[in-house]
Amino acid sequence: MKPLAKLIATAALPLSLLLSGCSEPAPKNKAVYLLIDTSGTYTQELNKAQAILNYLLANLDSGDSIAVARIDSGSFSEKDIIAKTTFDVRPSTANDQKRQFKLAMDTFADNLKHGSANTDITGGVLQATQYLNETGAGEKYVLIFSDLEEDLPDDHVRDFPISLDNIHVVALNVTKLRSDNIDPRDYLNRLDNWQHRVVEGGGDWRVINDLERMERLIAVN
Amino acid sequence: MNTLLTLWSDNTALSAAVWLLLGMTLLYAGRQPAHRILLSVGHGLRHTLRMASRALSQLEHQLTARNREVLLAAARNDAERRIEREFTRIQALVARDLSGYPALHRQIGESIERIETSYRDSSESAPLPPAWGDVVNTIAALPSHGDPAVARILSNIQDAVQDTHKETLKAWQSSADKRHKLLAQMQPEWRTLNSKADDVGRTLEALDARTHQLDKQMQHYEDIRRGEDAAVRSLTSSSLTQFFIAGLVLTIALLGGLINFQLIAMPMSEMVGGTSYIGAVKTSDIAAMVIILIEIAMGLFLLESLRITRLFPIISSMDDKMRRRMMIISLTILCILAGIEASLAYMRDLLALDKEALQQSLMMSTGAGVAASHAEFRWIPSLGQMIMGFILPFALAFIAIPLESFIHSLRTVLGLLLVAVLRTLAIVSRLSGNLLAQTSVMLTHAYDLLIMLPLSIERLLRRKAVAQQQTTDEIAALIPDVEAEPALEAPRKSRRSKRSATDNSNDTSTTDDSSALAV
Repeated sequence: MKPLAKLIATAALPLSLLLSGCSEPAPKNKAVYLLIDTSGTYTQELNKAQAILNYLLANLDSGDSIAVARIDSGSFSEKDIIAKTTFDVRPSTANDQKRQFKLAMDTFADNLKHGSANTDITGGVLQATQYLNETGAGEKYVLIFSDLEEDLPDDHVRDFPISLDNIHVVALNVTKLRSDNIDPRDYLNRLDNWQHRVVEGGGDWRVINDLERMERLIAVN
Repeated sequence: MNTLLTLWSDNTALSAAVWLLLGMTLLYAGRQPAHRILLSVGHGLRHTLRMASRALSQLEHQLTARNREVLLAAARNDAERRIEREFTRIQALVARDLSGYPALHRQIGESIERIETSYRDSSESAPLPPAWGDVVNTIAALPSHGDPAVARILSNIQDAVQDTHKETLKAWQSSADKRHKLLAQMQPEWRTLNSKADDVGRTLEALDARTHQLDKQMQHYEDIRRGEDAAVRSLTSSSLTQFFIAGLVLTIALLGGLINFQLIAMPMSEMVGGTSYIGAVKTSDIAAMVIILIEIAMGLFLLESLRITRLFPIISSMDDKMRRRMMIISLTILCILAGIEASLAYMRDLLALDKEALQQSLMMSTGAGVAASHAEFRWIPSLGQMIMGFILPFALAFIAIPLESFIHSLRTVLGLLLVAVLRTLAIVSRLSGNLLAQTSVMLTHAYDLLIMLPLSIERLLRRKAVAQQQTTDEIAALIPDVEAEPALEAPRKSRRSKRSATDNSNDTSTTDDSSALAV
């Protein structure tokens, strides 16, 4: 909002309150859940995930929530959450929290030696929806930093609809596998399959592969 | 639609022609009432709009008179204020300068007395030495005849005379010195007198200038009271000038307020939180806005209690003690708010620095970092922001002066605008009335254009009937017996006259139409 418009809006507030009948305003804060694939060779892409996180930290404000979790063999677990926080209402404290969050992420990246055997993306998304719904944020985002190739352990059941009401799901850096190069339809089918699941669950689906265009990632005030 | 179009024949053109003929016939049959309706509607609308125009003109005149009254009343108040101020100044002048007049008078009197005394003293001079020289010369010239005793006596006399002469001369010189001293003592007294007279002159000149000023103000006041047109024109022009100047200053003040808002809105979130909203606006923004508005309100009260502005009559009419208290309280609150703003501005700078450092650390880790800014010059913007934060509230406090001018001149400007709007409406209403009347006449002609075929036939038939009538009359004139049977002729005549009357009525209606057209 431009300063002049903000000033006018502030001055016109009493009138707007009267007209709106002092109704409860919708929450304006955001909640972001970043899922990072740590399976197999995808760990090599971790520096890109750090760049995404830095972008998020730079653009999220007081009152917003953020969580970073890894995708491993069984991702539907709180243990997979690397760090999570809700930024304080005071900007100075929020800045300190951002520094601590970045430190936690850096530590995780330094300590990660080898990837997980399986890739449970659905479990991670389920965990994310739970976290996001708990925050009660106005805008909810699940960012999946993965190649979207799900490789579940034999006994895990994940083929059921997921409820993703009012959640924006963004797939980031969906790399092509070796098999995708042989038959690109595999890659396209993978994307279509995820889009179908997300839209069917009531969510909104987007894919951003070019990380130079991160400004479209979340709506910045 | 197609059914209707082919009602008379399968041939569309033929059917359309039948419809056209039918329509034309119907329109021809209803020509007179249609013309009357169109003309009466046009006339009615014209009349109504003329009435509306007249009413608007009357309203405009009333409003102009009201504006004039308001303007004169405002100007009268203003002139009274000016005259009151002039009187206050004259009173201050008299109290300051002429209150010391008795003392001055006494000083001048004392000075004159001293001068008189000195003058009197200087006039009491010692007698001039007599012509001792002649006496000495005479004694010296006396013959001694060689008598030593006589010579000695004469010599003694000469010495005595010379001694006396010297003493007398000495006394005279001493007296002259004393007089000169007394006269020298008079000089500063004269100067003092001159200076005092100059002071009095200056005071009287200032008083004279003030009274001239007062005379002008009184003349102006008299003009206003008489309600002269020149005074009203001058006041209107003055109000418009005031309005634009005050508007310009208020715009500048608004921009100042905007900068002030920017300066304190962000750090306010540190105090009241950056996540809560009231309606669609952040609470921190509202808090910042409230602080600015309170500063403006305090400025209003301060200037009001100083009697610079007169927006609140209740403050102006307070007794001096209460007013002074109010002034002190307003100024104190303003100073406190200015201090808060200065600290908020400093906090804003700290927050901006912190955010910048965080952004840099985030960017550095992704390899897109930039070189750090020169930290040694960071105190300059910090200090600048603090000074701005402290000064802007006081600058905003003075908004009361242009605000008062703006509000006062707004009444005149709005009145003028309203008069202009009413005048325009009256003109538009009158023009519209005329235009509608003309349109109604034009529509009657357009109506006739639609039925021009039957009208042409009618005209042709009428011309033939007239020609036939003329022929019959001529034949009747040639036969003398015809006049001998008036009883037989009468009904025919009456029929003819009826027909001719009908024709005449038609002609009259046409003439009416023509007259309507002429209208």
